[in-house]
Amino acid sequence: MISVVEQPSSDLAVGERGGPAQPLISVRGLVKHFPVKGTGFLKPKKVVRAVDGVDFDILKGETLGVVGESGCGKSTTARLLMQLMSANEGDILFDGEKVGGALPLADYRRQVQMVFQDSYASLNPRLTIEETIAFAPKVHGVPAQTAMARAHDLLHRVGLEPSRFAGRYPHELSGGQRQRVNIARALALEPRLVILDEAVSALDKSVEAQVLNLLLDLKRDFGLTYLFISHDLNVVRFMCERVMVMYLGKVAEIGSRYAIFEETRHPYSSALLASMPKMDPSERTLEPPLSGDPPNPIDPPPGCRFHTRCAFAEPVCSEKTPGLATVSAAHSAACLMSVPGSGHSRAPVMAEA
Amino acid sequence: MAVASVDLPVSPAPAVKSPGFWSGVVRRLCRDPVALVALGLIVAIVLIAIFAPYIAPNDPSRGSMVRRLRPIGTAGYPLGTDDLGRDMLSRLIYGARLSLIMGVVPVPIAFLIGSTIGIIAGYAGGVVNTLIMRTVDVFYAFPSVLLAVALSGALGSGLTNALVSLTVVFIPQIARVAESVTTQVRKLDYVDAARASGAPALTIIRVHILGNVLGPIFVFATSLISVSMILASGLSFLGLGVRPPDAEWGLMLNTLRTAIYNSPFVAALPGVMIFITSICFNLFSDGLRSAMDVKS
Repeated sequence: MISVVEQPSSDLAVGERGGPAQPLISVRGLVKHFPVKGTGFLKPKKVVRAVDGVDFDILKGETLGVVGESGCGKSTTARLLMQLMSANEGDILFDGEKVGGALPLADYRRQVQMVFQDSYASLNPRLTIEETIAFAPKVHGVPAQTAMARAHDLLHRVGLEPSRFAGRYPHELSGGQRQRVNIARALALEPRLVILDEAVSALDKSVEAQVLNLLLDLKRDFGLTYLFISHDLNVVRFMCERVMVMYLGKVAEIGSRYAIFEETRHPYSSALLASMPKMDPSERTLEPPLSGDPPNPIDPPPGCRFHTRCAFAEPVCSEKTPGLATVSAAHSAACLMSVPGSGHSRAPVMAEA
Repeated sequence: MAVASVDLPVSPAPAVKSPGFWSGVVRRLCRDPVALVALGLIVAIVLIAIFAPYIAPNDPSRGSMVRRLRPIGTAGYPLGTDDLGRDMLSRLIYGARLSLIMGVVPVPIAFLIGSTIGIIAGYAGGVVNTLIMRTVDVFYAFPSVLLAVALSGALGSGLTNALVSLTVVFIPQIARVAESVTTQVRKLDYVDAARASGAPALTIIRVHILGNVLGPIFVFATSLISVSMILASGLSFLGLGVRPPDAEWGLMLNTLRTAIYNSPFVAALPGVMIFITSICFNLFSDGLRSAMDVKS
């Protein structure tokens, strides 16, 4: 007697198959180069190395903050994760399944949504906000009436009374209200991961606080995972369980909020933290923690990309490229000072075998 | 299917139902007196063209050597007579038929084809865009008159061939406008958001692109109606479009140009008609564009 063995786990919903310990997103060796126009004829084509070999995980149910100065590849990473552009190299694993491989792109799209920075440009001016929110469910085959009901429900959830706002056009709303609509739109497909690309940066402080609280409520109620991109370190500290610091297309440091904000090991992260405005006037920083602009990502410096601006730079820094070295269980830094036996004078001594 | 299986409480019907897009357009258009007057004049000209035999006081092709080039206000000939003694008023009334056909017909056809080409090129971008737009540029590089004459000449004379050649002349112009507007709109975040939701390209174009690009293309296209009338008259003049003695405003303008020193006002009448018709189309399209803009 042969019993038919059922296919294991295939009837589980996308995003549930890997179990709670499996990271929701694993990014491995992500590379995106943009060709530069206007380089001379017959000269080798130059590229902007916007994202140049990035690895990170987003754990289920967490908020991962991404910080770094302009042009460090935060938004490109977000757009690569959204599959709005295709990566040159590297894989994205969603719940352990390769996107575009084991997991079809269409299924992945439903699981990951994004809130853009520009609340006005991200809403179609010709559609009422209920139409905007109901668009994605309709695309995925939800009947028009159900999609509309869901849009109204979501509007209610983000604090916009459907009876007053559903039929309005984007230009009739304030910036904060529009960003709420964008959040409702991102939630319409009931995604697991929401990418917030500077989602609150354009709002004024009081509205920003409301929207942040709304995001926390929604995360709790819908069991969401956030990738939170921001340049405001105070907001990141408030929102995120883990933080990733990016510099010139690479991950400089990644770790828990405590590890990054209290025990940072990368000189760039410390400089970034030192640039936060202090509430106490006696602690005011009078000297800029970093001077100059970041180097041109077309010709990034060899070795550690930060050595041109780093106070602790030694000759070895322009020769060796530091990988992400594990500092503690929840903390890795890409700095030769954290790599045992790297040759840097401040590096930890290699452990005796 | 996580999406379809979730049941949300179906909320009761919304208190404020957003009015449909087109009813809003009509409502805003009704508040624009200039557009309404222009629309009224266009309707009047169309009606005159349709009912020409009942309105025209005289036979438009019956001439007389005795009463040539009578001035405006002559008894029995309120708008005078042309160089062959034919009644100008009757000829202008009958001329509305062919002029409207020559001016109006090529534009919507070119609008359909040209905006399709331009929107596809603009949305696709990259290599597809380059291939389509460089091909379009080849046609665009020819001066319009030369291209129209060459095409008409190759196709042979006649009204249909003239219409075809005018359409071909306008397609690249409209395609270029459509492409540039679409390229701008495609970069906006709401198109990215729609792509991120997994919508197929055609749905994105239908819902998110069309509504935001058709307005500017439409206004440009209506401005081509007057150009089309003038080009058509050029073709008629060369014997490639309408042929004498058929009445057509462009053709009349061309034949009466010899009489410009003897009776300038009569000679200018067909031009005045072209001017009124084209400015009405322009003003109406302008009004329609602002009415289609939900922000107004």
